[in-house]
Amino acid sequence: MDIVVLMKQVPDTAALIQISEDNVSIKTEDVKWVINPYDELAVEEAIRIREKQGGGKVIILTAGAGSASATIRTALAMGADEGILISDPALENSDPQITAKVIAAVLNNVNFDLIIAGPRAVDDDSSYVPAAISEYLGVPLLSTVIRQEISNGKIQCEQTVQDGSIVLEANLPAIITTQRGLNEPRYPSLANIMKAKKKSIVTKTLADIGLSSEQKLIKTKIVSLAYPPRRNAEKVIVEGASAEEKAARLLNLLQDKAGIL
Amino acid sequence: MSNNVMVFAGYTGAGFKKSAFEAVSEGRRLANRLNGVLTAVVIGSGTKETALELARYGADRILTCDHPALEDFDPDRYTAILTDIVKQYPPAILLLGSSYNDKNIAARLAARLDTGAATECLEFALDSDRLVATRPLYGGKLMAQVTLEGTPQIACIRSNVFPIAEDMKAAEQVMIEPNLAEPKTRVVEKKLKNSDKVELTEADVVISGGRGMGSSDFSLLEKLAELLGGAVGASRTAVDEGWRPYPDQVGQTGKVVSPKLYVACGISGAMQHLAGMSSSECIVGINRDPDAPIFNYADYCVVDDLFKVLPALIEEIKGQQ
Ligand SMILES: Cc1cc2nc3c(=O)[nH]c(=O)nc-3n(C[C@H](O)[C@H](O)[C@H](O)COP(=O)(O)OP(=O)(O)OC[C@H]3O[C@@H](n4cnc5c(N)ncnc54)[C@H](O)[C@@H]3O)c2cc1C
Ligand SMILES: Nc1ncnc2c1ncn2[C@@H]1O[C@H](COP(=O)(O)O)[C@@H](O)[C@H]1O
Repeated sequence: MDIVVLMKQVPDTAALIQISEDNVSIKTEDVKWVINPYDELAVEEAIRIREKQGGGKVIILTAGAGSASATIRTALAMGADEGILISDPALENSDPQITAKVIAAVLNNVNFDLIIAGPRAVDDDSSYVPAAISEYLGVPLLSTVIRQEISNGKIQCEQTVQDGSIVLEANLPAIITTQRGLNEPRYPSLANIMKAKKKSIVTKTLADIGLSSEQKLIKTKIVSLAYPPRRNAEKVIVEGASAEEKAARLLNLLQDKAGIL
Repeated sequence: MSNNVMVFAGYTGAGFKKSAFEAVSEGRRLANRLNGVLTAVVIGSGTKETALELARYGADRILTCDHPALEDFDPDRYTAILTDIVKQYPPAILLLGSSYNDKNIAARLAARLDTGAATECLEFALDSDRLVATRPLYGGKLMAQVTLEGTPQIACIRSNVFPIAEDMKAAEQVMIEPNLAEPKTRVVEKKLKNSDKVELTEADVVISGGRGMGSSDFSLLEKLAELLGGAVGASRTAVDEGWRPYPDQVGQTGKVVSPKLYVACGISGAMQHLAGMSSSECIVGINRDPDAPIFNYADYCVVDDLFKVLPALIEEIKGQQ
């Protein structure tokens, strides 16, 4: 079983995000970069499947800046086998569609039985790339999976939905996206961090994958960025001598002032 | 160039999702400004009659695809049908909801038609006849204004953000013959509770509990949610403790909710939690720690033990009813 993990490097969810002078991108100097949390589940699941199947390899595929090789290295230390980094100046400020196109172009030349991705990247929150790749490659997509089982060239997945779950089945090759609850990602051991240093990360440019930069037409373009309006400018501390008094006062405030309930 | 607007109105066996009415209402407003026709598209099984409801929110034309084989959502089938429709009735703008299914179709359609799509949109402006959409980035730490190249411009709206408005039209219904693409996935089993609970992202009131709940006993929150017609959410810690199921998690790696009222009970207010609820209209924090970060964001701050405040609040509300 060869498994490709689509892994995006994103700012740490606790990072302070600041707008740069150009007003369309963010300041990256002080940002701590991490593996997109959902993609961490994808890396873990891929390693577990490989261990269970007793063979094959786990390939990490990232489109991003050169610095993304550091997060690929982390995935290799978790136990993945190889990394591919698609990096090209022409991909700066790209949108999810270009990302999907470029990834699909690379995957046309990679052998895989399964692709595992996150359902969404916590930076752009698009939930776009896996479905677009499924479309470009013509392989089935099974979304927000909390349990999977592979046998006889088929994958069966339990998918979370409102009010429960649905069990779906598809032939391999397929794409699945992760959901929290699928697994608990491991921390790389020191020995594996050392081993990962020797594993290979191949970097590809757009020219390498046969896409010219004219094809890099941005479809979803950021024209400006802004900070959201500050919340609770008129914050109210609900006073009262007892919890009961506070509760009564809160209800009054919600009804009178906020006009709800 | 067409100046028409099309809305894909999300439908489940139980009827329309609330976001379908929101999208049609917003589609009407955009169509008015563009002087265009508003077309609503309904795909599913048993949709023929229900589809007509959309006339009330301003649909001029209702395209309905009703077939038993469309009972279960299938991205390939739905996308194939919608692609045919878009080619036959080309809109300038296509709106969808923000469920995973809607985003799934939006991405496929944009890939097929090589056009731009934006998900999780919070607001639209028009720059002459082109859409300028506002959508959050980095868990709501920034707001981006985006434009979309190509036609149609595809946008998914976030639930509970756009107001539903009635604007009755004498809509014309057109039945669409389904082009039934071969599905790539098969449903093996459905494990559904079939409860009549309000979906978290569509609820007007969300009562969430965190580590401060101390156990899986969320009955106080459930009682309050029931009284207010709302839903119960949870922090990641409460989910990780096994107190609540994963789909109840609110936050950057859970659901994003924008209710009229969000009550955070025993939740500290970590950045990742805020990412899922900071666009709520009114936030109440109930926490016994006066320095809890949630109080930097809450509109109403109750510094006390939630196990004392909630029973009292429930009694107060019951007393009024
Ligand atoms: C990559 C990543 C993604 C994450 N995604 C999410 C996410 O999607 N959603 C999410 O919620 N978190 C997420 N987190 C976790 C987040 O950082 C916090 O750890 C989590 O939100 C804390 O949950 P909590 O507020 O319930 O618990 P705590 O931070 O432990 O807070 C408990 C609060 O309860 C109060 N309390 C205790 N007892 C009482 C009482 N009797 N009455 C009143 N108050 C009481 C305490 O004063 C305290 O403020 C994520 C973290 C990471 C690193
Ligand atoms: N630049 C990228 N490189 C690799 N994988 C990506 C990239 N962008 C998105 N993905 C994958 O697609 C998922 C959803 O991302 P998005 O559609 O951007 O919300 C992520 O969790 C990743 O698995």
